[in-house]
Amino acid sequence: MVYITRVEHFNAAHKLFNPSWSREKNEEVFGKCANENWHGHNFELYVTLKGEPNPDTGFVFDVKRLSVLVNEHVIEKLDHKNLNIDVDFMKGKICSSENLVIGIWNELVPHLPKGVQLHCLKLYETPRIFVEYYGN
Amino acid sequence: MKVAVYRKEHFNAAHRLNNPDWDEATNQRVFGKCNNPHFHGHNYELIIKIVGEVDPATGYVMDLKVLGDLTKQHVLNKFDHKNLNEDTEEFKNLNPSAENIAIVIYDLLRDKIDPKFYMQVRLYETERNFVEYPV
Repeated sequence: MVYITRVEHFNAAHKLFNPSWSREKNEEVFGKCANENWHGHNFELYVTLKGEPNPDTGFVFDVKRLSVLVNEHVIEKLDHKNLNIDVDFMKGKICSSENLVIGIWNELVPHLPKGVQLHCLKLYETPRIFVEYYGN
Repeated sequence: MKVAVYRKEHFNAAHRLNNPDWDEATNQRVFGKCNNPHFHGHNYELIIKIVGEVDPATGYVMDLKVLGDLTKQHVLNKFDHKNLNEDTEEFKNLNPSAENIAIVIYDLLRDKIDPKFYMQVRLYETERNFVEYPV
């Protein structure tokens, strides 16, 4: 079994905000991240597939094809966007990195060719803050 | 003997590039995705460069903790976790391009730093896009 990773990135605005709480409560829990007028990040997304190398190509999966799929189905929806307003799959969710990585997983999996196993998504919000999701 | 010393800081902010004198189509054509009316954002990396003589008493050009504190007080407190277009005085009427942000940061800090030092700002908007001022 080999794990292969493609890194993509996108820049987006967001805020952390729970609409069922008061503004004060949001500020108390989310601090600066609750800023009403948004802030933003350079997100880095690590997409890791697992599998056996194909004897004909030596590839687990063509990472260029993986990049095209990730860009078409994920990055185009997120890059230079406001996560809270512009992204259909984040509607009604708190735009934390945790929720975002789960959303990205659910967007991507249906578009991967049969037999391609997504192992892990790792999402960096800043160079020092990242989340991982393994699909369960 | 002159030495250059550097302090790195970072802040996260939202912005959009837009020229209010242009129509929507022109803004879209010139600024592309960066024109999104709902904003987007970056992790900005800021590097302040100070050049000066080494003080024989301390071995320092300048105390970098002091430089860090000045940068936090006068720059990061204004810009971190903010919307540059909406939340800051500096960009009310100025497009928050990386170029303009670097110039603004320089102007915010310059008179807080001893004039005997040369000072330069380098600002990374992404890992691959960065600007320097002055040149």
